[in-house]
Amino acid sequence: MSWKEIWIAFKAVFIKEVLRFSRIWIQTILPPAITMSLYFIIFGNLIGRAIGKMGGFQYIDYIVPGLIMMSVITNSYSNVVSSFFSAKMHGNVQELLISPTPNIIILLGFVAGGVARGLGVGAVVTVVALFFTDLNIQHPIMTLLVVILTSFLFSTAGFINAIYAKSFDAVNIVPIFILTPLTYLGGVFYSVNMLPPFWRDVSLFNPILYMVNGFRYGILGISDITPTATFTLLFVFIGLLFSVAIFLLSRGIGLRD
Amino acid sequence: MAKNSDNLIKDKNPPALQIRNLKKTYDNGMVALNGIDLTIEQGDFFALLGANGAGKSTAIGAVCSLVNKTSGTIKVFGHDLDFERDMVKSFIGLVPQEFNFNIFEPVIEIIVNQGGYYGIQRKEAFRRAEALLKHLDLWDKHKQKARNLSGGMKRRLMIARALIHNPKLLILDEPTAGVDIEIRRSMWVFLKQLNSAGTTIILTTHYLEEAENMCKNIAILDNGEVIENSNMKQLLSHLQTERLVFDLKEPMATLPSSELFKIQFQDANTLEIELDKNSSLNFVFDFFNQHNIQILSMRNKRNRLEEFFMERISQNNKEKVSV
Repeated sequence: MSWKEIWIAFKAVFIKEVLRFSRIWIQTILPPAITMSLYFIIFGNLIGRAIGKMGGFQYIDYIVPGLIMMSVITNSYSNVVSSFFSAKMHGNVQELLISPTPNIIILLGFVAGGVARGLGVGAVVTVVALFFTDLNIQHPIMTLLVVILTSFLFSTAGFINAIYAKSFDAVNIVPIFILTPLTYLGGVFYSVNMLPPFWRDVSLFNPILYMVNGFRYGILGISDITPTATFTLLFVFIGLLFSVAIFLLSRGIGLRD
Repeated sequence: MAKNSDNLIKDKNPPALQIRNLKKTYDNGMVALNGIDLTIEQGDFFALLGANGAGKSTAIGAVCSLVNKTSGTIKVFGHDLDFERDMVKSFIGLVPQEFNFNIFEPVIEIIVNQGGYYGIQRKEAFRRAEALLKHLDLWDKHKQKARNLSGGMKRRLMIARALIHNPKLLILDEPTAGVDIEIRRSMWVFLKQLNSAGTTIILTTHYLEEAENMCKNIAILDNGEVIENSNMKQLLSHLQTERLVFDLKEPMATLPSSELFKIQFQDANTLEIELDKNSSLNFVFDFFNQHNIQILSMRNKRNRLEEFFMERISQNNKEKVSV
């Protein structure tokens, strides 16, 4: 395929993905907005008043970056895993497999769809957050980079999950039993510096901690982790997962037999 | 890219499809293809027949990059699938056996997206999709979600989708399964037109009448092997006998015998006659007149290809048992 044709193929996959989650916005966009509103009301306003300040900020201000990042992570992941798994189960992934669209474009198309939903939901949650607090973004470029790279990373992870999944249970295992606990323990609601040294050190093995803190640094200017550590981790994980996804696609594992 | 595919064919007249020693063994040890060889010339309308599990869909899957082959070579218009996969893919259009589109998408979107995967601009894909849907009598449904279509409409949608990039080789895996006779016949007309316009077509079907009427050449697969590969007319000319069924006006108790043909009861009201293909039917009617047998109607027991198919499969099984 020529570069122009490759670009057209990418757009086709991306548009299809965006139309897919847009068509079912009541299932994809609205629920995170409602859930996050509840978080802001309960944890931010009601419980937050009792907690007082954290890291020099009102508690509601402190948790906003983490809550936005949480919705970006879960939506990026679930968009790709559900879309690609459905395509696999219903057979319409064959539309792509028989076409000359390169594997990397198939992957990038789905991942871009996941990023679009992740960022879309992130934007909606940010708007909801503005009803409860003011946001003065300290480092806009870093904020944007961290959120895009994180969304990219979890979209790719969702793609790998979908390739291996053989049932809808397998699609839900990772988000429920791995992603959600890691997110909750990833410093969304607290600073890891509050933990005893042993648990603080254990927390450093949680990759989500780096993303949440990187995003918090971008918005509030404070973080438990250095920006360099955040970007290093993001690039290493993206490189690793993207390579795995391309390898699986090119071998046709879970797709071609 | 699809527009230029004529220029990409290497030799002047390479076969549309050339398969050599194609083998496929699944992870569970099942041998689906046991070294098949097949050559399908450009412009052919080729029937690939076989019982369920014979290996037809696996062979098609291997050609269309949906199944990883174990070994062997596949060339499409002279291009080797192992080395020029994207090129090979651009030549092929596939209508699979199962409905495999997203049923929640509108008809037009399914086809236009497929065009995009072949590098066709959205506007051009829409133009082509409109022409195809009009030709297949589906245009009035183009905004409807695919799940709202009837079975016949879904089959036609899959044909339209497979044709969006003007493939030079169209592979149809049981395209008329579950389709009523009227739509089936209109699809036959459409496919014949496509073939006349130069598209090479490979058809698998369980309706052997369909294969007999439409296809020029034929291969029969059995247990992952090609057991017959020849011209349809030549193949049918090998049939030595024809079986005819006669419905009687009144039931019969005893059956007179004939030296010219075999005769037997199907039931008291129905006779079956096996006649040498060179014999005249007049002998049969003379026989009925002599024995005062009144006939209401007559028909072929099976169509000729079906007859041959059953004989060939049975012969292959006997050969395997004797080995």
